[in-house]
Amino acid sequence: MPRRRWAKLVVFPLCLSPACWLAWRAWNSNLTPNPIEYITHFTGDWTIRMIVATLAVTPLRRILHLPGLIRFRRMIGLFAFFYGCLHFATWFGLDKFFDMHEILGDFVKRRFIIAGLVAFLGMLPLAITSTAGWVRRMGGRRWQALHRLIYLSAASAVVHYYWLVKSDIRLPALYGSLVGLLLLYRLVWWLWNRRAAPAVP
Amino acid sequence: MLIKKPGDIRYSEVTPKAVYFDRRKFLAALPAAFLAGRELLSPSARAGAAGKFPTLAKSPFSTTEKENSLTDVAHYNNFYEFGTAKDEPFQLARNFKTYPWTVSVEGEVAKPRKFSIDEILKLAPLEERIYRHRCVEAWSIVVPWAGYSLSALLAQVQPTPKARFVAFQSYYNPSEMPAAQHAGIEFPYVEGLRLDEAMHPLALLCVGMYGDALPPQDGAPVRMILPWKYGFKSIKSIVKIRLVEKMPPNTWNTMQPMEYGFYSNVNPNVDHPRWTQSSERRLGELRRRPTLMFNGYADQVASLYTGMDLKKNF
Ligand code: HEM
Repeated sequence: MPRRRWAKLVVFPLCLSPACWLAWRAWNSNLTPNPIEYITHFTGDWTIRMIVATLAVTPLRRILHLPGLIRFRRMIGLFAFFYGCLHFATWFGLDKFFDMHEILGDFVKRRFIIAGLVAFLGMLPLAITSTAGWVRRMGGRRWQALHRLIYLSAASAVVHYYWLVKSDIRLPALYGSLVGLLLLYRLVWWLWNRRAAPAVP
Repeated sequence: MLIKKPGDIRYSEVTPKAVYFDRRKFLAALPAAFLAGRELLSPSARAGAAGKFPTLAKSPFSTTEKENSLTDVAHYNNFYEFGTAKDEPFQLARNFKTYPWTVSVEGEVAKPRKFSIDEILKLAPLEERIYRHRCVEAWSIVVPWAGYSLSALLAQVQPTPKARFVAFQSYYNPSEMPAAQHAGIEFPYVEGLRLDEAMHPLALLCVGMYGDALPPQDGAPVRMILPWKYGFKSIKSIVKIRLVEKMPPNTWNTMQPMEYGFYSNVNPNVDHPRWTQSSERRLGELRRRPTLMFNGYADQVASLYTGMDLKKNF
């Protein structure tokens, strides 16, 4: 259906626009007095936003009776991974300048880095198996089970954020509430359906 | 060529609130604001410009390292009373009223008294001190401050033999600082020094930077600058200085004692749970540079701490 393609043609540039905005500011040397910190924060912000958006797709399509929303889920999820890669690369390449001694030190010493790493690595298999071919090869049920890893990534991302702020916890608390709500919705849905259809193995 | 002498323009007027928010007026005022702004904000213009302090005595404590630009220093601030993001204070402190202002110096002193900011400005000859400034968040700047050693002020009130520490307190008024309620730390902000640290000539009672008065977001009208300690020790917008017998509390230490100590001397060998302290990023540079013991002021201040375990007394 052409309507479908149009919708994707809107969502894709929408998800890409933060990266373009960042590139535009970089081009104009307008990245605040501390550009590396700015890029780190900007890409981190968009990673967690995209994770929340991905998690929101399923509840929204049920609540709004818009089953067609499902076709955006993979795209938004891959954008979460995309911003996650930019975020990680910024830290690895720009901030730490590939200094393996520092990097490995941070992996073991800093709990907020460990939480971020769990969140990021959790998304890696999901990105790899995001194609239709992988769904076929794995089978729907196993594929779905694997992709529940996003719950772990989302929770670790919130912990990462909570651990890295110094004292102002408003934003990690906001993302924590959103992720909590979206996971709670799934739990309630699951419990409800289990009761409604006990015969399903 | 200039429309106004830069000395006539207060920092807060460089981009007045109305101009900032009203696009039309903004466009109309653009040429004037541009000229004024360029004059004040460009560091190269500073040398020839007649700021509030056109003649400052040079100081042997000054570094010859490259100064950061005023634009950077005035737009990248940790001043939690005016927001926790670096770009909030310069916007939210725009209308911070820093004149008239008094600082009460009290406690274990023979002559407690209040000083008006005008008195403070005249108490001793103002010097320009170009210091390195290292934040606990592992970034650093080089700033030409204006002021004189705190010891000159303390000499006026004559500390008694009981005085062993100095407690500082920042101004706090929730109605002027609505963002403070979200900061997650307690106000008024307080800091402290041992008396011998406070009397050290490097400890600067600071009233200006870049040859001009301090902009509100940088701690106007009077603050401390302690170049061998992490930036949060250099308390801003001081209203009270109290000489005391016992070690006074300092805000970040009371919030997270495991992360922020009382001394908080710059020390590349004592790690912080969030940030590496062995290196830092000088604003304006891409690569990190190694952090120096006491931020490079070891020759001057190391003797204050002989015999102390600096890993324990971090
Ligand atoms: C999916 C994974 C991740 C998400 C969702 C995420 C999200 C975030 C967010 C929201 C911020 C704060 C942005 C702000 O303050 O505006 C942040 C900061 C940061 N993240 Fe991540 N992050 C992730 C993974 C990682 C990884 C793997 C690393 C490094 C190994 C990392 C390193 C950092 C650093 C260094 C900061 C800045 C800390 C500071 O300013 O003190 N993050 N991240």
